[in-house]
Amino acid sequence: MAQYRLRVNGRAVRVESWDPAQPLLYVLRNSLGLHGPKFGCGLDQCGACTVLIDGKAARSCSVSVRQAAGRSITTLEGLGTPEKPDPIQAAFIAEEAAQCGYCTNGMIMAAKSLLNQTPNPTPEQVKRGLAGNLCRCGTYTRILSAVLRAAKA
Amino acid sequence: METLSAISRRDFLWTGSAVVVSFALGAALPQNGAAQNPGASASLSPPLAKSLDPKEVDSFLAIQSDGSATLYTSRVDVGTGLRIAMTQMAAEELGIPVERIGFVSGDTALTPNHGGTGGSTGVPQGAVAVRQAAATLRQHLLNLGAEQLQRPVAELVLAEGQVRPANGGQGIGIGALTGGKRLALPVDPKAPLKNPAEYTVVGKPVPRPDVPGKCTARHPYLQDFTVPGMLHARVIRPPAIGAKLLSVDESSIRNIPDVRVVRIENFLAVVASDEWAAIRAATSLQATWSEWQGLPGSEGLDRHIRQTAVDHDQSLVSRGDPAAALTGAAKQLSATYSWPLQSHASLGPSCAVADVKADGATVWTASQGPHRLRNYLAGVFGIPADKLRVVYMDASGSYGTNGGDDAAADALLISKTIGKPVRVQWSREDEHGWDPKGPAQLLELRGGLDAEGRIIAWETQMWNPNNLPGNRAVLAADAAGIPQDHGQATGSMVQNTEPPYAVPNMLVTAHWLKETPLRLSNLRAPGKIANVFAVESFTDELAAAAGADPVAFRLRGLSDPRAIEVLQRAAEMIGWQTRPSPNPRPAQGNLLAGRGMAYARYKQAENYVGMAMEVTVDRASGRISVRRVTCAHDCGLVVNPDGLRNQIEGSILQTLGRALHEEVKFDRSRVTSVDWKSYPILTFPEVPTVEIALLDRPTLPPYGAGEPATAPVAAALANAVFDAAGVRLRTVPFTPERVLAALRSTR
Ligand code: FES
Ligand code: FES
Repeated sequence: MAQYRLRVNGRAVRVESWDPAQPLLYVLRNSLGLHGPKFGCGLDQCGACTVLIDGKAARSCSVSVRQAAGRSITTLEGLGTPEKPDPIQAAFIAEEAAQCGYCTNGMIMAAKSLLNQTPNPTPEQVKRGLAGNLCRCGTYTRILSAVLRAAKA
Repeated sequence: METLSAISRRDFLWTGSAVVVSFALGAALPQNGAAQNPGASASLSPPLAKSLDPKEVDSFLAIQSDGSATLYTSRVDVGTGLRIAMTQMAAEELGIPVERIGFVSGDTALTPNHGGTGGSTGVPQGAVAVRQAAATLRQHLLNLGAEQLQRPVAELVLAEGQVRPANGGQGIGIGALTGGKRLALPVDPKAPLKNPAEYTVVGKPVPRPDVPGKCTARHPYLQDFTVPGMLHARVIRPPAIGAKLLSVDESSIRNIPDVRVVRIENFLAVVASDEWAAIRAATSLQATWSEWQGLPGSEGLDRHIRQTAVDHDQSLVSRGDPAAALTGAAKQLSATYSWPLQSHASLGPSCAVADVKADGATVWTASQGPHRLRNYLAGVFGIPADKLRVVYMDASGSYGTNGGDDAAADALLISKTIGKPVRVQWSREDEHGWDPKGPAQLLELRGGLDAEGRIIAWETQMWNPNNLPGNRAVLAADAAGIPQDHGQATGSMVQNTEPPYAVPNMLVTAHWLKETPLRLSNLRAPGKIANVFAVESFTDELAAAAGADPVAFRLRGLSDPRAIEVLQRAAEMIGWQTRPSPNPRPAQGNLLAGRGMAYARYKQAENYVGMAMEVTVDRASGRISVRRVTCAHDCGLVVNPDGLRNQIEGSILQTLGRALHEEVKFDRSRVTSVDWKSYPILTFPEVPTVEIALLDRPTLPPYGAGEPATAPVAAALANAVFDAAGVRLRTVPFTPERVLAALRSTR
């Protein structure tokens, strides 16, 4: 089986896959036990599987393990812990910006990427920046408040 | 993580010896025991023989010797915040901080069956039952304390985990009083409840314990759950709903490692140790299916519904002489409103894990009714109910019965067939295509106004899918040729079909249809959203015909002060200007601006909700933008104001998506809206400002909050569009094409 070297949450890892087209999502979830990224559609339509690749938001369901090789990947686990959350996670927690929480991974990772590029976004910029991330529970208003709170932090 | 595994080990050791669990549970159980109560410092070590009888306090509550407690309930928290609300209500009666109460839900081996999740009953029924058990336990603890301290009960209080004299002095911890012991105490329906004036926990925005874990990837989801030796399965659904499997070419997946095909009649699945291999195999496997064209198609569904044979009629209201009143009315109006089939469209497709062993089986599921599911699956798959354990785990929000029960049946059937633990994960296409759908609804309304512009006659005729006895069929059993029920239930479809206003002559009739397309189930606020859409839109049409301001017109027909208050508050918050609709000066460039109002008393007997909206309609594109929504919400006692707001916000935003975008499309063979492009929901750029006023009534019983604020959304939206553009939208969803067509027809 082919082996691929990646950097995941700051650590060098080597993973095996029988198929170079295997999406990164399954490598993260099943080979590395990182359950932050979620399977929502596998079609690049919902954002639930979002991770950072070299600091930018990417859909791990639509990036193959071969494409991910040699890149630096950050998952929700790599941002912070309940005890020491990243400021964006702390803002989501403070705003209680989750219902079922299935979209939360994608929302936080996409927001992290947005704030990396636009540290002081307007509400409109946040809405546009997260336009590709769906939340079926309708937690959008709280997520918006959380991202604006994180920008101020 | 350390504390979690410590908790789970104890839980495992205990459950392993419990009499109710008579079969091997596998190593999987502890993970779930810990999963249910993130953040709690309570230890999960309940008494040895776990009672499940909802008449017993032991079934709901256990006190550990360290003074912590565990709450057991069949009501599960599908992201609504029930977990914290219920814990707060128990904490209040027991005088224990919420952090010291563990929460175990929806586990048929551990929790009493006092109903499943649904119908916004989690707090008013579920948590109220737990509160009564806690109140019983409180009396018991006070009595035990009185004996130990040798003081009369009247001089004692229960607070901070202690029974102690009210005027100070030495107390005794509840752990020392009864910790680790079986209480053997029947729930006393008369046990006095704490006086709401003394509440310290109920009514506070206590943070939900699951949120930090959900924001840091520590919260375990069903989709993350594994058991040792587990295989990944994918079920291959036919290309047409009733198609038969003719042949399978297994050589088509030769190049995929370590996969096997499971075929039972028309049930077809692939199983692999690697999840990606299962997915590749499911998409590559060549199978031939028969043709099937048993659906009417979603184009022109209204016509189809009106042509469908009616099984029976049901008269719901018959008051005065509506026919005569209509004929004699100064003005007569009639209108038809229609609501499409809609999907639960959970963000995460359904999932389940099953482990069928010779001596018993376990299914891990996100079903909203684990006990009902256990009983049904046991019967269908021939497993004694006491040998089948169903364990709930959190997953993507379900909003009713989505594909979760079917995924559980898939996993159980495959695990039973191959004798190994199996995880079934549905695809996006399967969730959109095969979840049981919220039904289409059609309502015809007639109304009459007298010369003073008062409603003197009202008639509602509605067409609904018939209710059929028995459980909803699960896909796997039908495909595998296993006999089962083919019941149909979509929730209470007829509530909120009469106007909440004083009308002397009224007729409300339901026509129950013999046949309706697609498998149906309850979808959030079943029936009520479409019913209020029709009734409150029509009320607006009558107000416009009377030349009256929509708020003033409604107020004239209301006498309940709680109804009047929510209507006025919602109007105040949006800065309502009193005038009839449509807006005499709507134009803002290419945009037309307007505002609308709707009111509902949910299920005609519960929450009072007033909702106002500001919208713009783009004349050129037909696009509706919702700018502001205000909502005044009275649910009686407010248990957790922040959790309540979260539910109201979600109800409003989700239903805006349902009203603006959502319609299940199907051809003669299958559902064709099978992803987020063909079945769009509300997206971030469309999100309006939402302002909410909670009207707290601490001395009244609590109503639920998961549904009521959904009810007036579509009506308030349609009324605002009418105000802005002078066109009446009576068919959901309000797509740009429909808006443009309506605009054209007025020219
Ligand atoms: S799962 Fe990757 S975008 Fe939906
Ligand atoms: S919180 Fe449930 S999908 Fe966003």
